[in-house]
Amino acid sequence: MPLTHLERLEAESIHILREVLAEARKPVMLYSIGKDSSVMLHLARKAFYPAPPPFPLLHVDTTWKFKAMYEFRDSMARESGMPLLVYQNPEAKARGINPFDHGASLHTSLWKTEGLKQALDFYGFDVAFGGARRDEETSRAKERVFSFRSSSHRWDPKSQRPELWHLYNAKKNPGEGIRVFPLSNWTELDVWQYIYREGIPIVPLYFSAPRPTVIRDGLILMVDDERLPLRAGELPVQRSIRFRTLGCYPLTGAVESSAATLPQIIREMLLTRTSERQGRAIDHDQAASMEKKKQEGYF
Amino acid sequence: MTTAQDHGYKPPELVSTDIEAYLELHQRKTLLRFITCGSVDDGKSTLIGRLLFDSKAIFEDQLATLEADSKRIGTQGENLDYALLLDGLAAEREQGITIDVAYRFFATERRKFIVADTPGHEQYTRNMITGASTADLAVILVDARKGVLTQTRRHSYLAHLIGIEHIVLAVNKMDLVGFDRSRFESIVAEYRAFAESIGIGAFEPIPMSALAGDNIAARSDRMPWYRGSALIDYLETVDVNTFRDRPAAFRMPVQWVNRPNLDFRGFAGLIAGGEVKAGDAIRVLPSGKTSRVSRIVAFGGDLPRARVDQSVTLCFADEIDCSRGDVIVAADAPAQIADQFESTLVWMADEPLLPGRPYWLKLATQTVTATIQAPKYQINVNTLEHLAAKTLELNAIGVVNLSTDRPLVFEPYAANRDLGGFIIIDKLSNATVAAGLIHFSLRRSQNIHWQALDISRESRARLKNQKPAVLWFTGLSGAGKSTIANLVEKRLNRMNRHTFLLDGDNVRHGLNKDLGFTHADRVENIRRVGEVARLMTDAGLIVITAFISPFRAERQMVRDMIPAGEFIEVFVDTPLMEAERRDVKGLYKKARAGSLANFTGIDSPYEPPVAPEIHIDTTQMTPQQAADLIVEKLLDNSL
Repeated sequence: MPLTHLERLEAESIHILREVLAEARKPVMLYSIGKDSSVMLHLARKAFYPAPPPFPLLHVDTTWKFKAMYEFRDSMARESGMPLLVYQNPEAKARGINPFDHGASLHTSLWKTEGLKQALDFYGFDVAFGGARRDEETSRAKERVFSFRSSSHRWDPKSQRPELWHLYNAKKNPGEGIRVFPLSNWTELDVWQYIYREGIPIVPLYFSAPRPTVIRDGLILMVDDERLPLRAGELPVQRSIRFRTLGCYPLTGAVESSAATLPQIIREMLLTRTSERQGRAIDHDQAASMEKKKQEGYF
Repeated sequence: MTTAQDHGYKPPELVSTDIEAYLELHQRKTLLRFITCGSVDDGKSTLIGRLLFDSKAIFEDQLATLEADSKRIGTQGENLDYALLLDGLAAEREQGITIDVAYRFFATERRKFIVADTPGHEQYTRNMITGASTADLAVILVDARKGVLTQTRRHSYLAHLIGIEHIVLAVNKMDLVGFDRSRFESIVAEYRAFAESIGIGAFEPIPMSALAGDNIAARSDRMPWYRGSALIDYLETVDVNTFRDRPAAFRMPVQWVNRPNLDFRGFAGLIAGGEVKAGDAIRVLPSGKTSRVSRIVAFGGDLPRARVDQSVTLCFADEIDCSRGDVIVAADAPAQIADQFESTLVWMADEPLLPGRPYWLKLATQTVTATIQAPKYQINVNTLEHLAAKTLELNAIGVVNLSTDRPLVFEPYAANRDLGGFIIIDKLSNATVAAGLIHFSLRRSQNIHWQALDISRESRARLKNQKPAVLWFTGLSGAGKSTIANLVEKRLNRMNRHTFLLDGDNVRHGLNKDLGFTHADRVENIRRVGEVARLMTDAGLIVITAFISPFRAERQMVRDMIPAGEFIEVFVDTPLMEAERRDVKGLYKKARAGSLANFTGIDSPYEPPVAPEIHIDTTQMTPQQAADLIVEKLLDNSL
């Protein structure tokens, strides 16, 4: 029997994780609490078993994640036996940056893009694992598994290293960094399928439940707590909703759904006609916006 | 006009009726990685776009963007311009070309597919090689109106070179030749003659129209004379696991040693060949030590067996040495070990190959230093002729001999991609500059061994009552290297030290009189001088050299040849303007007049040392002061 596609994807990802550990000085796993992070963490636990993954988890926090995400994050760190580092950009904190007063763009730029750069410099990590996939967005389709960043964290799409066979060149000069994407060749369906096959825990917000919501700028927003200032005339309404992707809650739109189990989620995904990033406000800012953000250092 | 409605994707019935049964089926899918070769003109983007859409890898919001972009900047009139969907990078959109390897994903009911999409032109040979290195199958596109072109031959040669066994000859745009059977058959015949000439045994010719969808998802009724499979059908059923199922001896390069506590020691790696069971006898190379596999450890329970392409952790019955870079093999079928090879090299960097320069070579989990000789020949990828070549430039493919500073565990590429394929890394820029395929080891590396000598270099040095060293002067022509070196030798000689001065000009009258001043010759010049200096330090001498030695990589190469602490780099720092003003030998004048090519500082670069042991600023001291300073530093052991 030949290996199945999931078995081959799993073996490739584990190979990548181990190759980094063998060649990096001080690696870290970026943990964003979403389903892709869940899969990446699970693969790391498999790769280094019976040892716990020999690097910490880093959450670059915006302080605007859903409450359920923070609870889930802390419980996964305990279960995996890995140290959890939480970094919040002190400048964004001091200026009280938030998506309502400052807009999605500045909010993301300061908390996430700048926060990530600061965190990597602060702790001195030279290699960071990220859960991005090539099927998410067209500029990602051309990004390498080992993606180099200059000492100012910039990505230069024109000088990427060729990757042949199972060979990754992890050599770099002091000050340079590498972002490594072990899930490069996974699709959204592969991720769900693998979560189902392996019984990987994910944040409950992915499953449908009645939740208080308002509709704003075309997105269904969940009223997670008092941090969401209601506009005049807005009244939270209970809707049966779930999330296809999780980010900062004021920027992440929900979908109306009754899918409360993994098979139901996968069925919904196979029947739906829009891509998962559609629920994210930041991608709609401008054409090729993701590529621009990445050149600046966004994950 | 093509619109979303034309691509009537229907999710499988089972998704709605019994999702769990569907998931069960889906989990048994296999994976096929393939590469598409051709240019936009051949309809490549249209083909990929259609495969993606027909298998629902494009969503409505992406399609809406595509429709808007097609109207705004498309090149297909009223039709969807699939190239826009595929060309992700803004820079490429502006230039209207694809410049890289992009990976696309789609799945059908039976398989998941990963498509490496690479541009077709000759200047993107490296991209195609990269995309092909992980592919099991190549779809070679031909425009039915144009037939087999130079690029068709080039793509086929490259696919065959990298070891792809399954080739689909996609004769596209059949609608534009009236679905003419004889046109298709004559293209196939022409291609067959070429394919056989380069050793491609079998291929699958399919007539199609990607734009209109003929013979893509289903057999077209507009070509009833064609009795083969539609493309997707073929991709779903072709047996690409043949080489994985072929009996092969077990091989696993060790990536990492897992040692969480004193009771556990496991060896982690990706299996590169064959299979392994608990209890199997294994051998660790290059040491040759043997043991048995006691466990195959996995999260969730030990495995009874594992096979090629799986990432595993093995434990041994005995405590034997084994670390990253070693290869675990079947005890009775070890892999080969050698330090000199004949290989095919695909050059991938703007800076050309410098024969003799030390590069990193990474093969599986082994990283060693390698030097590459001048190519035996270069291959013209269009005509397959062998051409004489002194170097390899971007996208050039050549056959070379290379040697490594440590023995490598390997197999010929034809037998094992993971143990026969390697990359070459520049030691300064850290860029991946080439990919290589090992043909075989050179017999001379198996037959030449080091002869052990009874008198050691230490005993020779003791007799001279001195510590051997190499004082390596580097700097521009006219900087004052020879003058200062000469004064240094005079002083050491008066102090009863045994010295020898190797002067750049003098060596070129004898040992190196066959060398010129090209980059490659300069590298060889320095390599030979380095070897001579090393022999002299073995003899116990203090060696003083005065060579411009403009490149950091070569000075590093010599440093690596000499025992640690004995190489002393002396940077004779004279600004170009000052050296040119002195122009003792009148060479700058000649170079400026254009009668002397490759002159350092004028039309060839000088790379100053980053951290020399001794830095002499000749604008601040006289040659005698400089010589005194150097002798003082050499003898007071402050270096």
